[in-house]
Amino acid sequence: MMADKALDKPIRTDEHRAERGALLWLGALTVLAVVGPFFVYPVLLMKMMCFGLFACAFNLLLGFGGLLSFGHAAFFGTAAYICGHVTKEWGLDPILSILAGTAVSALLGLVIGSLAIRRQGIYFAMITLAFAQMVYFAALQLAFTGGEDGIQAIPRRPALGLIDISSDERLYVLVSIICLGGLFLIWRIVHSPFGNIVKSIRENEPRALSLGYPVARYKLAVFVLSAAISGLAGATKSLVFQLASLTDVHWAMSGEVVLMTLIGGMGSVFGPLVGGAAIVLMQNYFASIGAWVTIIQGAIFVVSVLLFREGIVGVIQKLLNRRR
Amino acid sequence: MGFWDIPLQVWMGQLLLGLINGAFYAVLSLGLAVIFGLLNIINFAHGAQYMLGAFAAWWLAQNLGIGFWPALVLVPLIIGASGVVIERTMLAPLAKLDHLYGLLLTFGLALIFQGLVRQGYGISGLPYPTPEALSGGYNLGFMFLPKYRAFVILASVVMCLAVWLVIEKTKLGTYLRAATENPELVGAFGINVPMTVTLTYGAGVALAAFAGVLAAPIYSVNPNMGADLIIVVFAVVVIGGMGSILGSIATGFGLGIIEGLTKVIYPQGASIVIFVVMAIVLLVKPAGLFGKAT
Repeated sequence: MMADKALDKPIRTDEHRAERGALLWLGALTVLAVVGPFFVYPVLLMKMMCFGLFACAFNLLLGFGGLLSFGHAAFFGTAAYICGHVTKEWGLDPILSILAGTAVSALLGLVIGSLAIRRQGIYFAMITLAFAQMVYFAALQLAFTGGEDGIQAIPRRPALGLIDISSDERLYVLVSIICLGGLFLIWRIVHSPFGNIVKSIRENEPRALSLGYPVARYKLAVFVLSAAISGLAGATKSLVFQLASLTDVHWAMSGEVVLMTLIGGMGSVFGPLVGGAAIVLMQNYFASIGAWVTIIQGAIFVVSVLLFREGIVGVIQKLLNRRR
Repeated sequence: MGFWDIPLQVWMGQLLLGLINGAFYAVLSLGLAVIFGLLNIINFAHGAQYMLGAFAAWWLAQNLGIGFWPALVLVPLIIGASGVVIERTMLAPLAKLDHLYGLLLTFGLALIFQGLVRQGYGISGLPYPTPEALSGGYNLGFMFLPKYRAFVILASVVMCLAVWLVIEKTKLGTYLRAATENPELVGAFGINVPMTVTLTYGAGVALAAFAGVLAAPIYSVNPNMGADLIIVVFAVVVIGGMGSILGSIATGFGLGIIEGLTKVIYPQGASIVIFVVMAIVLLVKPAGLFGKAT
């Protein structure tokens, strides 16, 4: 059974050390978020944050649930569309719009998840992929999504009716709060009793089942949580770029988030954040070389699968542990 | 226009189109099933290898003047050989790990293949002529049937049956199926299982390339031709039930037809209908139509 051979290394024996490590991470990230804009263009930083959060949300399912979804773009993109639509056409407050996008993604996660968790491993991956493709075609044909053009020029209305977020610098503060909040939420989920049960299901599903846990319900719950936080990332991204487009729901995006997670490290809570930032940076600096970006991404995929399955963070952690 | 006013020609035209698409779904999902059967890997590069097949046919014609018929034999051999290399160098080392790594690796390969062709030849379609012997068509009275399309359907059916016969009725097929069940035991009988695995991957890839050559004169040869198709084929595979050879053939043709007929009744729904069928099948029979329950 797939769950027996989870993708990543087992959780470190010293649970407390790992927990403290993750809290240190969060603190370091907060510091980074504060000083970041003095060194890097804020839009690029916000992009890194959104995709990093997306990757961490995806990893919540893969790294801790042992479930490889190949259709997470569906949640990311749907939330982007919903958020863009309600803020542009209905004039909703940006915070409410982001929440609306998140909520719709969670609902979508409930629908897709309840069907997909009936199968495991490769089947699960293919089913999520196929459903994401349904969402893609829907986005292509529904009226409100703007077809090939997407939803453009999404306005940045004052948050809560009074806080001006029209400039990149001001929006940056809001986006940092949202993304750090999302990351904290993921950390909370992983280190909660719920998270432990999810991990136990990944490690040994039949045993969890025989202990009396409603395994399917736990799997569905972690799927919905992952979908919702992916949606949070997507909705926030649509405000940053003022754009929701087919790219967000295309299966290539689903592949990209897998790549981010793989590169960052599936075993750790925040490893994928590093992977997400790395991929965004790479795309940013290599944008001018055309199709080579795809080729390089593919090559990174192959190399990480063959040689660096623990990812950047995993490799660093290994080196640190060796020194101890 | 009401439902019953749709002329017969339209129905038949879409039925034919559906059969053609179904032929490709069948051959591709058959290749996936063969690879999955022995390697337990979903070959995500399958679509890209199909594209490489079409592209190789175009390249051979363009640069060496090699026509359709030799290409139909040469290209599967060449691309199949590249599959053998991939299996030896990359997939074999992953065999002991979670099978999802195989899916991720082949996904990366697909990106590389598509990127390379796009980088070298752009994304606009490359034209490939219909072979001369198969130009023209038959007038059936109620519709016009181009010879080449009839040939594609025939060739796919023959290929599917041949693969099915090899796997179900020959000694080689027996070894293959036995190696799927228990590789150690089969190895103990003196059969070179790793070699069998390698060759099976090569054969599956060759099947994809064969479909690619068949597709070249119908669809425009471009780097994304496989990427769009493979997702549908995955759905076909889920619906048919992964393990079953017969399941992938029957489901491939069946879904092609369903898709074609949907185009007549509700054109906007055609691209989604296969996924809707998939959702329904999953609800009713999670293992797929021909699959064994796990």
